[in-house]
Amino acid sequence: MAAVNADNHGLRLVTRYVVLTLIAIIFIFPLIFMMVSSLKPDLQLLRDTSSVRAFLPVGDISLNNYTAAFSRAPVGLFVFNSVLVTGATVVLSLFLCSMAAFSFVFLNWQGRDLLLSVIIATLIVPFETIAIPLLLLVSKLPWIGFDGLSFGWLNSYRVQIIPWIADGLTVFLFVQFFKDLPRELIEASRVEGATWWQIYRRVVMPLSGPVLATAAILKFLVMYNQYLWPLIVVQEETYRPVLVGLQYFFQLNTAWGEIMAYLTVITLPVLAFYLVLQRAFIASIASTGVKG
Amino acid sequence: MASKLTTSNRAGWGFALPGFGLITLFIVVPFFFAFFLSLTNQRLISPNPTEFVGLDNYSNLLSIRVLSIEPVVNDAGDIVRDADGNPEYPRVRDFTRNNPDYPQYDGMREWFRWHSGETAKVVVATDVVFWKSLRNTLMFVLVVAPVQGTLALGLALLINQRLRGINIYRAIYFMPVVVSIVVVSLLWRFLYAEEGLLNNILGALSFGMFEGRDWLGDPDTALGAIEAMSIWQAVGFHMVIWLSGLQTISPTLYEASSIEGASKWQTFRYVTWPGLRNTAILVLIVITMQAFALFAQVDIMTSGGPLDSTTTVVHQTVVRGYGKQDISGASTISVILFLLVLSISLIQRYLTREK
Repeated sequence: MAAVNADNHGLRLVTRYVVLTLIAIIFIFPLIFMMVSSLKPDLQLLRDTSSVRAFLPVGDISLNNYTAAFSRAPVGLFVFNSVLVTGATVVLSLFLCSMAAFSFVFLNWQGRDLLLSVIIATLIVPFETIAIPLLLLVSKLPWIGFDGLSFGWLNSYRVQIIPWIADGLTVFLFVQFFKDLPRELIEASRVEGATWWQIYRRVVMPLSGPVLATAAILKFLVMYNQYLWPLIVVQEETYRPVLVGLQYFFQLNTAWGEIMAYLTVITLPVLAFYLVLQRAFIASIASTGVKG
Repeated sequence: MASKLTTSNRAGWGFALPGFGLITLFIVVPFFFAFFLSLTNQRLISPNPTEFVGLDNYSNLLSIRVLSIEPVVNDAGDIVRDADGNPEYPRVRDFTRNNPDYPQYDGMREWFRWHSGETAKVVVATDVVFWKSLRNTLMFVLVVAPVQGTLALGLALLINQRLRGINIYRAIYFMPVVVSIVVVSLLWRFLYAEEGLLNNILGALSFGMFEGRDWLGDPDTALGAIEAMSIWQAVGFHMVIWLSGLQTISPTLYEASSIEGASKWQTFRYVTWPGLRNTAILVLIVITMQAFALFAQVDIMTSGGPLDSTTTVVHQTVVRGYGKQDISGASTISVILFLLVLSISLIQRYLTREK
C-alpha cells in the first residue's frame, strides 16, 4: 500500500515538473531564437525558422552579425543614450519623489492633503492620453543653456528625462512605505534639534532600502524600454535611445541577422540584471499589487 | 494629531514642491491642455493662428449614422438583380457626396452594412478609421482582460506550491515582462510569418493538414495574433500580482478546509477565491488600463494594417498628432480615450463594490 502511494507521489511529481517545464519553454523560446539567430548569416537564419534548427546554434555560426551591426549603426551611442537617460531619471526620481512623500507623511502643512490627492488622481491618467499635448508643450518650453535662452526641448536628453522624473506611482510607493515607519523616531529627532533635511537624509533614507529598490526597478523598466515618447520627441540620431535606434536597421535592406545581434546586445544587459536581482524585481511588481 | 514639532509650512512645501511641480507641469497641465486643444484647430507647426472651433473635432470623429438603401427598381417596378439573384443597390456615394436631399450624410463613408429584408442598412461615419480603431481597441480589451487575468491566476496557482526549484520557473515565466515589448514584437513577427515557426508547428501537429497563413497580413487574424502575443508578454506580470495576493491568505484557512475534507475545487471556490477579491479587482483594472494603451505592438508588427484591422485609439493619436501634425485631432482622441478608460474603471468598481 505504502509503495503504491510512493509511486503515485513520484509520478505526480514528475508530471508537475513536466508541466512546469513545458510552460517555461513557451515563455523562453523567442529569446533563445533571438540569441541563436544573431549568430547566423541571413539566408540560413530565414531558412532555419521553418524547423527546430531555429533554436540550435548549428550551421555557419559566427559573430559577424555583431561586427556588422556595430558598423552599420552607432550602437554604442544608442546604448549610452539609454543608460544616461535611464540612470539620470531613476536617480532624480528616487530623490524628488521620496522628498515629496516624506513631506506628505511626516510634516503638517497647509495644502498637504489637496496636493496629495492631486498626485494620487494622476494614477488614472495613462501616459498615452497626454503624449500629444505634452509633445506640443515641450516643443515650446524655454531652456537656459550655455548659449543663453532658447525655446523648444525637442531633440535633447532633457526632453527624455525631466518629464519622467516625478510620477504618482513612485510618490505613492514611498508614501505607503513611510507610513509604516515609527513616527516617534522623527519626533525624537525633532526634539533633539535635527533639521528636516537631516531627518530625511540621516534617519528616513537609511531605513528605506526596500522601497528604494522597488521604485528604482520599476522606473528602470519603464525608462530603458521607452519607445512611444522618444519616437515622437527625438528625431536626431545623437539623442536616440536603443529602441528608437532600431529604425536604423530597417532602412534600405533589412538585415535580420544584424537586427537579432542588435536586439541581443540591448536585451542581454537587462536580462542579466534581472536574473541577478530577480527576487527584488518580482517583489517590486508584487508590492505595487499588495498596497493597491 | 497635528503636533507642533511636525508643523512647518515652509519645510512641507519645500520638500513637496519639486516633485509636485514636475507632476503638475508634465502630467496635470497636459491633461487639461488636451481638453483645451480638442476645442481648437491647433497644429504642431502652422502659419495660421489657432482658432477656437467648439465641438467640431468631436463631431467629426464621432458622427455616425445608419443609411437605409432600397434596391434599384426598373421601369416595370421590379427589383434589379445581379447574376446571383441578389438585389442591386445604388452606390453609397450617391447619398454622401453633395446630395442636397441628404445633407446629414454629407462627407461620410461606409463602415459596414447588413441587410434587413431587401433593404440594405449601411453604417456610415465621417471618420471610419477612428471607429475602426475604437472597435479594435475594445475587442482587444474584451479578449485580453479576461484571458490574461485567468491565465495569470492559473500560473500563480501552479507556481504557488512547495517544490524544489520553483523559483527558477517563476523567474522564467516573468522573463518576457522585463524584455521590451518592441523587441518581443519583432521576434514574434518571425513566428507569425508565412514561412514562420507557428505555421510549421501547426503543420507538423496536423500532419500537414494545416495550410500556412500570413497571420499578420490577414485582416481576420492580425488582431488575434497581436492579442495572443500581448497576453504571452504580460501574463507573468499579473501572475506575480496574483501570487502576492495568494500569499496574503492565511494558511490556517487551508488547514481548516483540509480537515473538513474539502475537495481541491471547493478549497479554491470557498477559501482561495474570496481571499483574492481585492487582487482580482486590481488585476482587472491594471490589465484594462494597459490594454487601452495598446500601441507598440501595433506600430512594430502591422502599422495598423491590413485594412486598418489592427489600428488602435493610441495608434491613431500618434498617426495624427505626430505623423500628420494634427495636434487638435489627436488631443480629441486622447480625451475620448481618457473618458473611456475612466468610465470603464468606474463601471468595474461599481460592479465589484463591497455589497
